[in-house]
Amino acid sequence: MNAAYTLPDERGHYGTYGGRYVPETLMQAILELEEEYKKAQADEGFQKELQGLLKDYVGRETPLYFAENLTKQAGGAKIYLKREDLNHTGAHKINNSLGQALLAQRMGKRKIVAETGAGQHGVATATACALLNLECIIFMGEEDIRRQQLNVFRMELLGAKVVGVQSGSATLKDAVNEALRYWVTNVEDTHYILGSVMGPHPFPMIVRDFQSVIGNETREQYLEKEGKLPDAVVACIGGGSNSMGMFYPFIKDETVRMIGVEAAGLGTDTEKHAASLTKGTPGVLHGALMYLLQDEHGQIQEAHSISAGLDYPGVGPEHSYLKDSGRAEYESITDEEALEALQLLCKLEGIIPALESSHAVAYALKLAPQMKKDEGLVICLSGRGDKDVETVRARLGGKGQ
Amino acid sequence: MNRIEKVFQNLKQNNEKAFVPYIMAGDGGLETLAEKITFLEKAGATAIEIGIPFSDPVADGPVIQQAGIRALEAGTTLRGVLAAIAEIRPIVHIPLIFMTYMNPIMAYGIGNFISDASASGVDGLILPDLPAEEEEIIAPIAEKAGIEIIRLVTLTSPLERIQEIAAKGKGFLYAVTVNGITGARKGFKDELGKHLERVKEVSPIPVLAGFGISEPEHVKEMNQHCDGVIVGSRIIELLQSGELAKVEELIASSKIEEIKL
Ligand SMILES: Cc1ncc(COP(=O)(O)O)c(C=O)c1O
Repeated sequence: MNAAYTLPDERGHYGTYGGRYVPETLMQAILELEEEYKKAQADEGFQKELQGLLKDYVGRETPLYFAENLTKQAGGAKIYLKREDLNHTGAHKINNSLGQALLAQRMGKRKIVAETGAGQHGVATATACALLNLECIIFMGEEDIRRQQLNVFRMELLGAKVVGVQSGSATLKDAVNEALRYWVTNVEDTHYILGSVMGPHPFPMIVRDFQSVIGNETREQYLEKEGKLPDAVVACIGGGSNSMGMFYPFIKDETVRMIGVEAAGLGTDTEKHAASLTKGTPGVLHGALMYLLQDEHGQIQEAHSISAGLDYPGVGPEHSYLKDSGRAEYESITDEEALEALQLLCKLEGIIPALESSHAVAYALKLAPQMKKDEGLVICLSGRGDKDVETVRARLGGKGQ
Repeated sequence: MNRIEKVFQNLKQNNEKAFVPYIMAGDGGLETLAEKITFLEKAGATAIEIGIPFSDPVADGPVIQQAGIRALEAGTTLRGVLAAIAEIRPIVHIPLIFMTYMNPIMAYGIGNFISDASASGVDGLILPDLPAEEEEIIAPIAEKAGIEIIRLVTLTSPLERIQEIAAKGKGFLYAVTVNGITGARKGFKDELGKHLERVKEVSPIPVLAGFGISEPEHVKEMNQHCDGVIVGSRIIELLQSGELAKVEELIASSKIEEIKL
């Protein structure tokens, strides 16, 4: 990759990926969003307000923590954790939700719709709406509602209305469908806070930019601690927002390997996985051209992962581009491996990671031993595992191994 | 001249309004498609919109979503529908227009799809997730093959944009009558009539209203402001429940001359 990485182009394309494949009814809203976003970027007042909230409300910057015990266990490169789990609401999602809620406020839209999978984006969005006094409606698959009961209650406590979605696999993909349908119907007074680097342009760009605070901080912190750049950054991939936020500030630093970790579910040789980049093919879903899990007739397939936040059959257009260009690498980790990594991090470092983030931890544990001791890698610890304790307990039969 | 252009030329000469019903291919099994098409042609349909099922139809409401699920469960594929159309084309005279989403077409391969659709006798394409900004991925190839892209304009489209979009097509312009997804509505915005008239003013091609139209009264009301209507969810429901007389009645409601005061 060269110093001139300027994607997306003015039509919102990343190579052939991305774009704006949406009903005409939404075109004005996304054109307006793009305009307003440009203005907000250039507006010092807006940037200051966002920075202020990120610092005093979210608790940024988050630490870059040297995981010494984990490093010893892996026996290779130094392992650092970027502690997005320490953000207010427990994950990186708040970086984007707050930014977009401020944008909605600028546009005079006082109603917010959002989708959620694990419930983390829903909680973050409900939180931002409570803070800024915006009305909030969240669509969530019934299957995810079952898996993430506590987050449903959290959203309601924060004043959001949670609407269950029964169609399809009743998970994140179906929640996005329903949120899009709601937005088409209420577009005149409602902003859609999309939760990952997906959907029609300008969403993948806006979400990436708001999440880039992760990579920007990591870069500075790592330079300060080690006097050089990390040799690799590793992040899990659902739609691809925590990873894109980590990768983007390193995209021009060719010595830094960028590794995205998808959910292999029961294994990529089974039908039960969510590895869109590893096993999928390009197609159009939810407003963008991107890698998808689909059958030969172009029908979208159900994704599977133990972690609700990775349970999505697509991956953002910029990742699709970075895969084809070879700048980023994509690997996958099974449910079992993620569960093991989760327990290991608990035992060795006293940190309970989200199941999503555990996928990145698991891959880093494979990677570190292949690297030299004087090299270093950073794991994006995208969220904390409190929301997953029940799922993990059920899986482990009540006792940590 | 494409079949769609011809049909509208005839309507204009006879001072008639268009009625375009929507059906979901494969709903009730693909073997029922020919029967439905010939019935609708006989009942007086101007053209037929044939839905190709997609797993994630974001522009569609519950009725069409369910029809799509039934069709997919019955094993319907784009390839299968194309074969069925090729078979029935010789005995059907009205235009047949596919309505689907981009992904089934991309999976088929855009170039292959257009040449097979053209060979089967498909006359037009409606793609609700393909706004003007992205249409170059398929529109030039389709139009070269004589397949009209039927473009949509909505209540949120500014008038200059409507004008630009209308100028691109040769078939008809699809004026969406609600902010929202497909499915029957009780009523429409008061300003809808004025909106349709403004669209008609800037459009060099016929303007058909669609989304939410379900009653003969709606048909008559819309027809005062535009060149005809498209009816989807209601037709699907009536075909599903076997109320064929009501389908005929609905289509007939577009033929009755309005007495203008
Ligand atoms: C903690 C956590 N990490 C990661 C993800 C996956 O999303 P993304 O790939 O957009 O970062 C989620 C989504 O819900 C999440 O909650």
